[in-house]
Amino acid sequence: MSHPLVVTLDRKSAPRTIFAGDRLVEVDLPAGTRCIYPRPPIAPLKDVDAAIRYAINHPHNAEPLHAKLRPGMKVVIAIDDISLPLPPMRRPDIRERVLTIVLEMLADHGVEDIRMIIATSIHRRMTSDEICHIVGKKIHDAYYPTRLFNHDAEDAKNMVEIGTTDHGEVVELNRYAVESDLLIYVNLNLVPMDGGHKSVTVGLCGYKSLRAHHNPKVMGNCWSYMDPKKSALATSVERMGRLVNKKLNVFTIETTINNRMFDRPLEFLAKNEDDLSGLETAALKALTATLSKVPQPARQAIFNRVPAPYGTTGVFAGETEAVHERTLARCYEQYLVPVKGQADILVCGVPYISPYNVNSFLNPLLVQCMVNGYLFNLYKGVPLLKKGGTMIITHPCTDQFDKEQHVSYIEFVHNMLTETRDAMELHKRYEAAYASNPAYVQAYRTGHAYHPAHPFFMWYWGEAGRKHTGRVIVVGADNEYIPKIMGWETARSMHEALEMAKDTAPRSPEITLFHIAPLMMADVTV
Amino acid sequence: MAASYFDVDGTLVRTNLIHPTLYYLTHQSTPVRSLQRLARAALRAPELLWAEMHDRRLFNEMLFSAYEGISQDRLHILADDAFESVLKKAIYPHARDLVARCRAEGHDVVLISGALDFLMTRLGDYLGATHVIANRLEIKDGYATGRLLRPVVAGPEKARLVREHARERGHDLDQCFGYSDSYSDVPMLSVVGHPAAVNPDSKLKRLARTYGWPVITLDKASA
Repeated sequence: MSHPLVVTLDRKSAPRTIFAGDRLVEVDLPAGTRCIYPRPPIAPLKDVDAAIRYAINHPHNAEPLHAKLRPGMKVVIAIDDISLPLPPMRRPDIRERVLTIVLEMLADHGVEDIRMIIATSIHRRMTSDEICHIVGKKIHDAYYPTRLFNHDAEDAKNMVEIGTTDHGEVVELNRYAVESDLLIYVNLNLVPMDGGHKSVTVGLCGYKSLRAHHNPKVMGNCWSYMDPKKSALATSVERMGRLVNKKLNVFTIETTINNRMFDRPLEFLAKNEDDLSGLETAALKALTATLSKVPQPARQAIFNRVPAPYGTTGVFAGETEAVHERTLARCYEQYLVPVKGQADILVCGVPYISPYNVNSFLNPLLVQCMVNGYLFNLYKGVPLLKKGGTMIITHPCTDQFDKEQHVSYIEFVHNMLTETRDAMELHKRYEAAYASNPAYVQAYRTGHAYHPAHPFFMWYWGEAGRKHTGRVIVVGADNEYIPKIMGWETARSMHEALEMAKDTAPRSPEITLFHIAPLMMADVTV
Repeated sequence: MAASYFDVDGTLVRTNLIHPTLYYLTHQSTPVRSLQRLARAALRAPELLWAEMHDRRLFNEMLFSAYEGISQDRLHILADDAFESVLKKAIYPHARDLVARCRAEGHDVVLISGALDFLMTRLGDYLGATHVIANRLEIKDGYATGRLLRPVVAGPEKARLVREHARERGHDLDQCFGYSDSYSDVPMLSVVGHPAAVNPDSKLKRLARTYGWPVITLDKASA
């Protein structure tokens, strides 16, 4: 018998409403289609501050934070950047709460030499307002910008190589972190691929270190990113992280949140359409109609301006691996939905947001990253889609880019992907020169642009998904050339897409709708 | 090999052509001479303003006529001080980094500026540039005539000079980079494969956003 969150549609089932970028679309799926729904949000902690205090005073496999402190020591606190969580969290962000308590404790122990670094790796620099949203006004005003700042992976004088793993992976980190007496990492763990050794080892590193694992070979060998034991990326990061923890005094604080992405007025988005009340059905139809009529900037504003009412579900502190084991367990508890059997045809709505376009537009390369990267990888066990199966996605694939944040993506999509989609060829032929493009690097350093290596990494994110998936068919694309550049087909309707998909599927194919968002993962067994 | 072509005033340094000129005018052999030259320049201010708005080349020619009668020795003696007092202090914090990054990529780094060559060579040496294309004063009998030698480096002429330089050095323009702050340099930016707007004026910024050129600042990181 299937899990209650795996619903099989019959002839009387209502149409399903799924994301198509910043719109919602109704789709009619044939009887027999499986719809997988997210778990309801797990209950948040009742007293978050008490949980934080308990965690740092009773850490796992490490001495309590207060025992590590002494007057006059240099402390660096690294903090997860804006890519977590999605969408941004309603204030106070859990990081503000952790920082408030940690900073109080540091002050009580006479620690004054404190720097806080937003661990952006090669993501864009966060703006002052965005940092303020995460750390709170009090901390922001006291520390920004001299003692609270963004990591700069291209500031050569502030990057230090601390060693090389036995696999030849170069570990280069932010100098402040390396020269600190204590490095505290404050994480917000949205999905299982976040946190652990990745926090310090990736968040505070540069291109030299990223190349070790952000490449087609490693990323094409991750089954999935969300299952660290089966991810070559996580394995590489773990090797590098162990080296970091040998050389640096690291105290890890990880936090988990539930999947309450939408507040009460929009909570129906997470529900089975057959279970909606009359009022909820009307609200869903009204929202769908409104989003189809208002212009794109207004649609983006509707979603961007409403932070998510996530609840904190766990706080864990201590030694990185011991902490992360507990974090992962809590993540899986929230996200995993047991699913028996893979799909021949997998239908997914692609939402408006990814880790790399908070407060900006989900451009075509990021749509690809969502489809072949994130959505494909939201599984544990075996992929939800059978090898060679077809993914049907709903998204307009608009040829639009944020001209500041994603300026280096434009040339990548229109000049390089049009030459080749072969990730290894892109890696070998173009990546190194592009990643050191002086103008793009400068835009990353002093503006709010992603590093020029980032568009390559976004393509590599989809490598395992591309290798596994037979076809991708886009429903609702507003042009044909962007899907073509990505190597995808287009269909005018879901019905047409399903007919196309059936051409290469077995007779009576297993069709599955992965009803995201809110977030979930399929725990797939054959 | 590629080259990176940099406009200077407003791009790599905060100053414009007027600042070093004022330095020269205020550092004449006697205070009276300085006053005379400043007064003469002040009288021409409305004409200069008009020229600045209508014809960049004319502006350069009018501005540099203020150097008429200054000896070549004095031009060069004061150049070190003018560089130290005016230009060096005005270099944007990230300018040297960017030039160094271009050099690390193996680029020829070329400063192309309407400013005077004896100042630009000093700036070029300091920043690590490999070539300088700048305006040159005509000298007769050891004194500046107030006229510029041809070609006058300004506006669309910069584009021609970039092409010429690239051709002579064997650079593929598609692989070359161009950096400027000003809409008046769009011709120069348009001939290279990788144009970038640096600390741009509003017109250039709009154009850069339209065409997907990177818009960068060499001042401290934006908030």
